[in-house]
Amino acid sequence: MILDGKAPSGRIQDSWDKYRFDLKLVNPANKRKYKVLVVGTGLAGASAAASLGELGYNVEAFCYQDSPRRAHSIAAQGGINAAKNYPNDGDGIYRLFYDTIKGGDFRAREADVWRLAQVSNNIVDQCVAQGVPFARDYAGYLDTRSFGGAQVSRTFFARGQTGQQLLLGAYSALSRQIKAGTVKLFARTEMLDLVVIDGEAKGITVRDLVTGEIRAHAGDAVVLATGGYMNVYYLSTNAMGCSATAIWKAAKKGAFLANPCYTQIHPTCIPQAGDYQSKLTLMSESLRNDGRVWVPKKKEDCGKPAGQIPEEDRDYYLERKYPTFGNLAPRDIASRAAKEQCDDGRGVGPGGRGVYLDFRDSIKRLGEKVIAERYGNLFEMYERITDENGYKQPMRIYPAPHYSMGGLWVDYDLMSNVPGLFVLGEANFSVHGANRLGASALMQGLADGYFVIPNTIGGYLAAATPGKVTVDHPEFAKSAAEVKATNDKLLSISGKRTVTEFTRELGSVMWNDVGMARSDASLKSALQKIPAIREEFWKNVKVTGGSGETNQQIENAGRTADFIEFAEMLTRDALHRKESCGGHFRVEHQYPDGEAMRDDANFCYTAAWEFKGIGKEPELHKEPLKFENVHLAVRSYK
Amino acid sequence: MKIKLIVWRQANPEAAGHFETYEAKDITPHHSFLEMLDVVNEDLIKQGKDPIVFDHDCREGICGTCSAVVNGVPHGGQQRTTLCQLHMRKFKDGDAIYLEPWRARAFPIIRDLMVDRSALDRLIQAAGWVSCHTGGAPDGNASPIPKPEAEYAMDAAECIGCGACVAACPNGSAMLFAGAKVSQYAALPQGQVEAPQRVAAMIQAMAENGFGNCSNHYECQAACPKGVDVKFITRLNREFHKALVLEKIGAIPST
Repeated sequence: MILDGKAPSGRIQDSWDKYRFDLKLVNPANKRKYKVLVVGTGLAGASAAASLGELGYNVEAFCYQDSPRRAHSIAAQGGINAAKNYPNDGDGIYRLFYDTIKGGDFRAREADVWRLAQVSNNIVDQCVAQGVPFARDYAGYLDTRSFGGAQVSRTFFARGQTGQQLLLGAYSALSRQIKAGTVKLFARTEMLDLVVIDGEAKGITVRDLVTGEIRAHAGDAVVLATGGYMNVYYLSTNAMGCSATAIWKAAKKGAFLANPCYTQIHPTCIPQAGDYQSKLTLMSESLRNDGRVWVPKKKEDCGKPAGQIPEEDRDYYLERKYPTFGNLAPRDIASRAAKEQCDDGRGVGPGGRGVYLDFRDSIKRLGEKVIAERYGNLFEMYERITDENGYKQPMRIYPAPHYSMGGLWVDYDLMSNVPGLFVLGEANFSVHGANRLGASALMQGLADGYFVIPNTIGGYLAAATPGKVTVDHPEFAKSAAEVKATNDKLLSISGKRTVTEFTRELGSVMWNDVGMARSDASLKSALQKIPAIREEFWKNVKVTGGSGETNQQIENAGRTADFIEFAEMLTRDALHRKESCGGHFRVEHQYPDGEAMRDDANFCYTAAWEFKGIGKEPELHKEPLKFENVHLAVRSYK
Repeated sequence: MKIKLIVWRQANPEAAGHFETYEAKDITPHHSFLEMLDVVNEDLIKQGKDPIVFDHDCREGICGTCSAVVNGVPHGGQQRTTLCQLHMRKFKDGDAIYLEPWRARAFPIIRDLMVDRSALDRLIQAAGWVSCHTGGAPDGNASPIPKPEAEYAMDAAECIGCGACVAACPNGSAMLFAGAKVSQYAALPQGQVEAPQRVAAMIQAMAENGFGNCSNHYECQAACPKGVDVKFITRLNREFHKALVLEKIGAIPST
């Protein structure tokens, strides 16, 4: 089956405006007759729920957290891109579009990326109007900074808390609609199934995380904005609750999962220190502006304090290998380079899984005060976690799983192949390609929520009869019974191992075999190990408590069960894609100098997988990618 | 390290709560406080007992989910630190630690250390926004904002909404939380139009949701993991009095 992404044809510059004009409209007086269920209230979900509420639709919004303000979008630090060209450095929509296509290693759809670049300017305006306190210069105008993979200054920021401020902006817009009565919020509520009726998404089954009640919600369309799946690696920079559950349940109901093997590993994280650890902490990419990355040249020096290693015995490997971009090489390249050094036995810190990020030279050049002004909060954070002073000795960093570029397949309307199921933000696969540039995830979440879905959902709803199904439809009872049965099964196993032990075991297989560098052999080995973990899980997991109460164990158990199944599909995708691109690095496919080797002749497509049953091989559908505006080229940052 | 934990256990909102004592073994100084709790919980699960329920999510000090009173102090007393960023190196081997949920009338206990903080959401839902429809916003540079005002707004906006201020306040007041939001918008040109209505509605919502008033103990600022300054309570009061005067002279409709 050849998938149609519905990307508009014609001049790309006009594509979104023309497409938007051609979409069917819903009469304002009729909008209140439609109910839209929005799952997830991060940047994409909150902005979508707020905007749809403003338009007059009836919205029900769901999040597993106690408040929408806690969605993991809140943790993004660096900034959000917009093609404003305020600094007059030659930026524009076309350049942002170009950088994003190239940054994604030519594995994203052109029209979608163009639209993202186009609406990026509206996003910044919208957020300013909401009272988001972006950084300003002394004339009172918006300030910008540069980010990885771009040579212009287009990143807008609010100190190191840009994600927080943008999310609070969307949360305030959402709160306004809750007050207005157009949005009904269900916090501490987790979606556990998608209800598909006559081939269309018409509802969800949820569990109230406080009372344990299983409930049905019917709607005319379902919008998933449930974020990424990087916790499949157990240790990642994601929040503890981030899971693949919602998208995986949708995949089991027929939605195709696209490019799940595109996972981003971020180079600038605090290394793992021990087995007890629950998460990895990202430090801002901006540190690499002034910090120099190095490892000892001699293996025997790795155990010595950094100060005792003379200059001539230090290998500044990023500066050596990438003289032009140096320490600011893009994320996938810097991550792989760090792994190579450590695999070579020259890593530093506990377990040899770390490289130095050294501010000695910039402190010498600029003084400690200037460095403290620029990065003081990050030094403080580093010290809090590691008990080391980054001014006095170099910080240690190591790559960590950070962001998923894959997700549910969507067309240009952001609708999955299941009619009525829309997917926004990190939960979809759409604009990042195989790699993501800095400051582009916040842009995508808000573009989808504020500016795309309010238009495209109208095209679907205009042709749908409002209120066609209610929760009395037998599919809802069936779905609720399945969810209950799964929970009862989890509670009844009463085995010997805890959920965390399984999550950790799965994570270590994923990290070792399906991590930063993958090979045919490692992927095949993972495909042996994952089903074994799944089988043991369902025989030997121990979940305490009951289902009709607040029970964090049953939540974790369900998420882990889904991760185990999802991991298998991710691994199959990685095995089938016999090329290297962006965050997907197959060791068999590299240039002699170690750079990623893409295979455009055979793999210039989106891989969309159809679930065929547990333990069965999923079916591959392809959506060919066409590059008419940016020509396929080797991505080089040398 | 070995730690003795004396933890508040409460099965549900209606049940009576009580303290129980546990031992945390094999803890290193590098464990975060929540990772130490993870270890204790793994042990409890293996014994077939219900693990301690606590709220947590991002574990990097920004989402505001983690919450617990440690030895009488919300988030455990290390300045400007959420519980998830507090590390065991701040304790001594053999220490006994008391662990309780946020205690405030506006925050009913759900289970163990987990409380219902939706009252804070209701304060925002009362009026904590700038009314601005999606689309049609003017260019971001159309109204310049002096850097000091932008910085002041950002200082206020840093609040993570964890509710430690409420838990630390002898009156269970949310004035630091509400003050931060009111001050953020009061400092920006976008927020001006609705400023009087905003502060009036938020003050009213505070009373309706069971929060007390400020009586200048400054415990909120001391407990705030982001160091949000009590000067924003002053601003809240000023904005409120301004609104009262405007209402009195008929410049805005009475609320």
